[in-house]
Amino acid sequence: MTAPIAIINARILDPERAYDGPGGVLAREGCIVAAGHHVTKDSVPSDAEVIDAQGRCLAPGLIDSRVFVGEPGAEHKETLATASQAAAAGGVTTIITMPNTNPPIDTVSLVEYVARRRGDDVLVRAVPMAAATKRLEGREMTEMGLLSAAGAVAFTDGRTAVADAAVMMKILKYGRMFDALLVQHAEERSLATGVMNAGEMATRLGLAGISVFAEVIQVERDVRLAEATGGRVHFADVTCAKALDVIRAAKARGLQVTAGTTPPHFALNELAVGDYRTFAKLSPPLRAEDDRRAVIDAIKDGTIDVIASGHDPQDVESKRLPFAQAAFGAAGLETLLPVSLELYHNGHLSLLDVIDRLTRRPARLFRLPGGTLNPGAPADLVLFDPDRAWRIVADEFRSKSKNSPFDGHPTQGRVLMTVLGGRIVHRA
Amino acid sequence: MTPNDPPKPRPAAPTDQSAGAFLFPHKHLLGIEGLNPIEIEGLLDLADSYVEQNRRANKKKSVLKGLTVINLFFENSTRTRTSFELAAKRLGADVINMQADSSSIKKGETLLDTAITLNAMHPDILVVRHSESGAVKLLSEKVGGAVINAGDGQHEHPTQALLDALTIRRRKGRLGGLRVAICGDILHSRVARSNIHLLSTMGAELRVVAPPTLLPAAVEKLGVEVFHDMRKGLEGCDIVMMLRLQRERMESSYLPSVREFFHLYGLDTEKLAAAKPDALIMHPGPMNRGVEIDSAVADDIHRSVIQEQVEMGVAVRMACLDVLTRRLRAEDAGTEIRP
Repeated sequence: MTAPIAIINARILDPERAYDGPGGVLAREGCIVAAGHHVTKDSVPSDAEVIDAQGRCLAPGLIDSRVFVGEPGAEHKETLATASQAAAAGGVTTIITMPNTNPPIDTVSLVEYVARRRGDDVLVRAVPMAAATKRLEGREMTEMGLLSAAGAVAFTDGRTAVADAAVMMKILKYGRMFDALLVQHAEERSLATGVMNAGEMATRLGLAGISVFAEVIQVERDVRLAEATGGRVHFADVTCAKALDVIRAAKARGLQVTAGTTPPHFALNELAVGDYRTFAKLSPPLRAEDDRRAVIDAIKDGTIDVIASGHDPQDVESKRLPFAQAAFGAAGLETLLPVSLELYHNGHLSLLDVIDRLTRRPARLFRLPGGTLNPGAPADLVLFDPDRAWRIVADEFRSKSKNSPFDGHPTQGRVLMTVLGGRIVHRA
Repeated sequence: MTPNDPPKPRPAAPTDQSAGAFLFPHKHLLGIEGLNPIEIEGLLDLADSYVEQNRRANKKKSVLKGLTVINLFFENSTRTRTSFELAAKRLGADVINMQADSSSIKKGETLLDTAITLNAMHPDILVVRHSESGAVKLLSEKVGGAVINAGDGQHEHPTQALLDALTIRRRKGRLGGLRVAICGDILHSRVARSNIHLLSTMGAELRVVAPPTLLPAAVEKLGVEVFHDMRKGLEGCDIVMMLRLQRERMESSYLPSVREFFHLYGLDTEKLAAAKPDALIMHPGPMNRGVEIDSAVADDIHRSVIQEQVEMGVAVRMACLDVLTRRLRAEDAGTEIRP
């Protein structure tokens, strides 16, 4: 039994009801009891712990649909516990974890290992995606029925696309029985052997490039496979105008195709690689400025459904190497909200729409109960100041790894408190 | 004019006292990109004077006396390493050669660990070659001494571009306004990139001649005109620079065969006829005869300056070692130098 908790005097952001206005949230037994303008100091029960938000923003906790963790197998980079601390500090209450671990998450016991970890040391909800193919090898499909029943919310080979068209087709067909979502890393592997965006910058640096066509070709193929099978395909990280056009057209045709992006891809371009900055080495790579703008347009018009952190912790040893040898990936849990808020501060999206891409839409896509302030929903909340200016300092991350392309980046918007199931798990 | 009688006038050989004449404003020499024409001319002028000195019986000077140069080669190279070694020794430095296969690199030590270990021995100059683009820059961030990039991956090979420029300038009297064609595997070539940066900075008219599979993306944005037809590309050229073609390019389907490459892009008398009659033929070596260049052309003493490039290499490297230690030497001597 926990005491009721009430956060009052807040600016409520509830994308589900399209409500952006004053009010409060009352929660009991881990669930929301009431939310809105009628939740005030005078209306809450006398035994409730009352928190005065002083006009700051209160929204559903963020649902981050692309989080790599090092557990099991690379605990020196990140454990579920440290990832959850980083998540809580970033206002993220659900992390959807990727199966790229060692061993990969491709069996019922491993799915359960992640799904059941929430407790004293894992502060937020960890929800696993399972491998789409056994050992992530791209050849044989995993036990999608059993894995779904064990708690896998989607299937993916994570860092790589399911390359074989016949295998992909069978996964999509078979997966329909479970309404399975196949999450694809949109890169045609034989074309994606480079280390940064192809173009003048890569040519000057003498680095092998990855053309946007590696992405477009994969997206085009998988759109056709979605059409052929009626399956659901989510492109986790779309970075270029051409691929977004294909997805936009597929959606217009009524196909079950969705797309995501990560903050580096709408906040940075390939120039961030600069003098071989390995912290800006991402997969897919940071693109040219025109493509960055196209990503923002696609977030605005709904072609891109969700914003995820793409959190991919890498230790110093994996990054302090010559560029081509360095690992791909950036830590992102603690910068997801502030960098996403740039879309609001720069006038591209309303505050409510930014929160929508971080909460309600991923909840719907992955069939999760959160992302809303409706009564009965889990009391997962984030209280933040959208205007607070600060400078991102990677060394202060809770994450074990500090590989952020935003280190030193001035930003706006700070998480003040994170609530999970009615309990405060982070307080700034 | 014969090949061994380049245009006059020549600057006088430098004396040890002339060391303050030209102050190079960079700590390291990591690439040509970012150097301005004055800096490039300054290096070439100094190198020119070392050419004269190297043709004397007594080639040795004491400019770098007491200084330590480490040649750190993570990638095999006899020619470049020897050239740097000779340059350093002719200036009186103590030289250590480290080859990656004989060092702890093979035992799993990282690049930065190697850098930190060597740095503890206080080398004044590290000459570094590495197979990865950007590796030399990464290493330069961890050491106290000056670093010379002796070739990093497919990025830059600045001393090669400088020695090519010196060779051209001595023969043609200038760099600006010359029409230069760089031919062959541009995609994988650090020599091509450094030469493009240097020659475009100096106002040459640049062309690259290659099949589309061996050209990097957006190469025209580096200020070159692209040709796939070698005869058209060589038309009216003052300089024809050939690049070495690695055999493994066939295996990864950049090209179908050596035979076809030679047919399309091998420099022979017939294709060379498109260039100016006095066009110079250059090659960074080692040559693949019958692959990118025909022996008859490579050995043409009236056109080929390939041997001269090797000679210029030593002089250019002496100039680089000299300018990068000037500040240090001045501090040591307790004198102040100004640009």
